[in-house]
Amino acid sequence: MKKILLFLAALGVIAATSPAVVADPASDLKNFREYFKKKFPSVPFDEYANGYYYLPGMESYREQWQLYNEFPPYELGLSVGKKIWETPFKNGKTFTSCFKNGGRKIAQYYPYWDEASQQVRTAEMDINACLKKNGEPEFTNLDKDQKTRVKLADVTAYFYSLSKGERVKIDISSPGAVKAYEAGKKFWWQRRGQLNFSCANCHMELAGKNLGGNQPLSAGLGHPVGWPAQRLAWARLETIDQRYATCNKNVRAKPFKHGSETYNDLQFYETFMSSGLPLTAPSMRN
Amino acid sequence: MATDKQTKIRTRIRNGVTDVLVLVDHPMETGLRTDKKTKKKIPPHFIQVMSFFLNGKEVATANLGTAVSKDPLIGIKLKNAKPGDKLKITWSDNKGESGTGETTIKAD
Amino acid sequence: MTHLSRRTFLKSTLTTAVLATVGGTGLLATRRALAAEWPKAAFTAKKLEEAVKALYGTDQMSPSASVKLKAPTQAENSAQVQIQVSAEMPNVEDIAVFVEQNPSPLVARASFHGAEGYFSARMKMAQTSDVYAVVRSGGKLYFTKQNVKVTVGGCGG
Repeated sequence: MKKILLFLAALGVIAATSPAVVADPASDLKNFREYFKKKFPSVPFDEYANGYYYLPGMESYREQWQLYNEFPPYELGLSVGKKIWETPFKNGKTFTSCFKNGGRKIAQYYPYWDEASQQVRTAEMDINACLKKNGEPEFTNLDKDQKTRVKLADVTAYFYSLSKGERVKIDISSPGAVKAYEAGKKFWWQRRGQLNFSCANCHMELAGKNLGGNQPLSAGLGHPVGWPAQRLAWARLETIDQRYATCNKNVRAKPFKHGSETYNDLQFYETFMSSGLPLTAPSMRN
Repeated sequence: MATDKQTKIRTRIRNGVTDVLVLVDHPMETGLRTDKKTKKKIPPHFIQVMSFFLNGKEVATANLGTAVSKDPLIGIKLKNAKPGDKLKITWSDNKGESGTGETTIKAD
Repeated sequence: MTHLSRRTFLKSTLTTAVLATVGGTGLLATRRALAAEWPKAAFTAKKLEEAVKALYGTDQMSPSASVKLKAPTQAENSAQVQIQVSAEMPNVEDIAVFVEQNPSPLVARASFHGAEGYFSARMKMAQTSDVYAVVRSGGKLYFTKQNVKVTVGGCGG
């Protein structure tokens, strides 16, 4: 796959596409949706929530994906997550005490801009904060400790499952939120790595293509709503930050740390761009 | 030795036929992989026998090898099952570990 | 007979503490029963015909349109290829799945004593290969096959 990318890059086939004018989030969103509507006129809006499986040309993969969903392997990780979520802390409380509505039907507002701490907060961060608040050890060392990170992915997946079907709604009203959005947007459109690709190159221009015959590329629209997700290649649930890091590494760019402001802002931008799409997490993705 | 590895079962009755899907939390190691840290080969660890019992009677027996995927999903079908029937699955692996799962078949 | 018992017993004592604490004779009986339940020769045979013969006692099998194999033409991932076999004939005794190009072609088999002639599983494929579904019915072997493409690579990490 890397050979193909190098070849294409050398040919200059992949051009930079960045918004010419600094626009506001609302018109960015409109343009983003229209880009995909034009590119894939036959794909209904909601189907973008399922990843590339519903893009034209992916029919064979879609069939396999539908078979997987009869009994998806992430049910194992989800059960682990459910158990963690429901097991009381030493003080007798559970995770439900930390979240509005007991954690039900609120994931569609994540990640959110926290005015108090002036940062984007993700579900993973709030889960860890809940543990800390209740005197329990947090999930740490996520970049190196796969076992712990997967446990966090499992419980985050369970949290998201409580909001399955809810439509993404990100509050971007405060100036701080807009700043974080702009930072995420800048990251998304910036070329990086030895292979010099931006997220936009692969997930807009090349969306729907199958590089090297076995690397199908998803559309940016609908990207985050399936995460935490399980990839066939990983055979375990994983965090969205793990996907960001491995994807960055694949274009030979420096990966950022789990929970870094860079990835939080990126997730913030991506999620706003998926406004209105139904949450499908956890899901089978690539 | 019984493990606490999850053995999940899903059943669905369609046109008088009960689809049974079993999902087991199991590494299904082939013995061909090398541990990146220790540089040693990870020994084979895989389910060898899986038995299906309908109301206590064994209706199918599967033998699996290392080529079955990690977290194996195995499916069979039953014609003579009805809602309320008890379905039990037991499995054992090459290390002597075993697991079990049970469910009551529900109407659709 | 004595020689075999001693070898098996010695093997048992070299395994984990848990197994060793189980009564010796009982353990030997269980292990031998297990060996009979899991056809080692068939699972370790390196060629398709050898594996079929080791499993069923013969490698003579006829192609049959009554054996249906559902498998992807191009697998999304070689470690998770989903296949479904249905045998549309009466008295299906056994179904077995083989990946011809795997180091050991036999993937899995199911014997039926009441369940329908149907078997599905997810499997690993070492490379692009013909996948064989073999059915034993009325003591005879029938089969169908399909090529499944597998490509290595993809963005992962």
